[in-house]
Amino acid sequence: MTHRPEPAAAMSAAAVPRLRLPAQVHGWLLLLPAAVLLVTFTYYPTVATIIDSFFSTPKGRRAAVFVGADNYQAMLGDPVFWRALGNNIVYAASVIPLTIALSLAMAVWVNGKIAGRPFLRLSFFTPTVLPMIAVANIWLFFYAPGYGLLDQMLGVFGIPTHNWLGDQSTALICLIAVAVWKDAGFFMIFYLAALQQMSPQLAEAASIEGAGRWYFFRRVTFPLLMPTTLFVLINAIINSFRLIDHIVVMTQGGPDNTTALLLFYIYEVGFKFWDTAYAATLTVVLLALLALLALGQFLILDRRIHYQ
Amino acid sequence: MSVLQISGRGHAMLETAGAWLLALIWILPLAYALWAAIHPSAYSAHFVLNAPLTLENFARAWNAAPFARYFLNTFLLVTMILAAQLVLCTFAAYAFARFTFTGRDIAFILVLLQLMIMPDVLIVENYRTMSALGIVDTIPAIGLPYMASAFGIFLLRQTFKSVPRELDEAARVEGAGPLTVLLKVYVPLAKPVYIAYGLVSVSYHWNNFLWPLIVTNSVGTRPLTVGLQIFASTDQGIDWSVITAATLMTSAPLLVAFLLFQRQFVQSFMRAGIR
Repeated sequence: MTHRPEPAAAMSAAAVPRLRLPAQVHGWLLLLPAAVLLVTFTYYPTVATIIDSFFSTPKGRRAAVFVGADNYQAMLGDPVFWRALGNNIVYAASVIPLTIALSLAMAVWVNGKIAGRPFLRLSFFTPTVLPMIAVANIWLFFYAPGYGLLDQMLGVFGIPTHNWLGDQSTALICLIAVAVWKDAGFFMIFYLAALQQMSPQLAEAASIEGAGRWYFFRRVTFPLLMPTTLFVLINAIINSFRLIDHIVVMTQGGPDNTTALLLFYIYEVGFKFWDTAYAATLTVVLLALLALLALGQFLILDRRIHYQ
Repeated sequence: MSVLQISGRGHAMLETAGAWLLALIWILPLAYALWAAIHPSAYSAHFVLNAPLTLENFARAWNAAPFARYFLNTFLLVTMILAAQLVLCTFAAYAFARFTFTGRDIAFILVLLQLMIMPDVLIVENYRTMSALGIVDTIPAIGLPYMASAFGIFLLRQTFKSVPRELDEAARVEGAGPLTVLLKVYVPLAKPVYIAYGLVSVSYHWNNFLWPLIVTNSVGTRPLTVGLQIFASTDQGIDWSVITAATLMTSAPLLVAFLLFQRQFVQSFMRAGIR
């Protein structure tokens, strides 16, 4: 991502000085349309979110007034906020490792000489092209108490029926399962791409040396896949804060907020209770989390460039 | 040695079994949806081989909600977003890849920031902006925040940077302006990347839900995802057959396209991911 001065451009600019200005103008003109939209719908709202978090919610004719850190104080005392944040951390800490481990296993299988490979690949990848909103409706049936597929299957083993989404101890786990199912096949693709670029001579050399498959995977494949793992990791983290479609369909954050994630709570506060100032305050927390992540990514990317 | 070989083979069989089990679990939701959709309601949770087949669920779903309109809305939305993205991202990527201008590096870092802080998170303020512009409940309002896609700019910039400078200069020597060079040299060479990006974008926006849910409130603007959710949550109670039929209907175009062009889909997603 380093920008070395490009010799050809420098030369032509030096040879024909009058081209300098047009290059400037052309560059900015080309960028302008995208820049306008980015400013309007990404940078302005980011800044406005932060500003609004220090004001009250305008109500009727009463305009917003500056309230200092009141919204933040209210947030710190809001049990639902802590609940949503805690849920989101549990959710992310479960979904991310599970998704990455499964997607890696899928990629290794699909890349090898396993029987029925086309079916496996199709089956793993299909959830990616289905809308979350649609599959959440199907999963809703799986979890339905009594006649749902899960209860029917467990019933065969004599396990009593259970209200999976209505029980505080199982609801979040059910949503975690849906998220893992939805994204694993998507991330598999990136691992698969990386695996296909790996030299087959590595595996040959290892097998001549008598290295086992697991040893080879641990010592050669996995380290070589590290850049892909980082890419997948970052996307998985983003998704765990960004995607709440299944919550809207399956639980609406319930029972008793056990499945409310941060963005879902923002949506609820902003568009059900219409408390936009407080929603902005909550958004600041989410933005801060994402900014931390962005910072981490830049640092990691930096390291990656160094050792390449 | 022979013991080792046998255990190795046993291990491989175990692994194959594991892979197949996982694949079966992964396809199960779709398989179930298909089962429930093509059988009468009485069989939606009752799995017997001689259950009668029917297409009635699809007809009932289709008639119970304005799905034709929802399809049209989604089609317009996806087309509008993709068209705008292709134009905007091409211009911006070209600027970043081949022009030296003041503030380029800072602008590029700012663009990359959008990879993290996506419009999906800025729903509260973006809704306010749409109200101020007076375009709440319009299809452009759903699309606008996504049109300047950082991902698209990044992807195309990488591609444009790999185009040999000699091609660019040869065209310029023949008197072509910057836009002509872009259209005649860069765009044709980036065709596979455009296809990859297009597939990723279409499937993303076909499936997008939260922002459209917030910014639309009438039949004339709602995309399929929002329409499906309203249909499934309010109208149908728990008639799984009709809900799964509607679910399959809304996913069908992407699913069929995926099944037909599986290889291209997978390769496109791969290409979009390697950066």
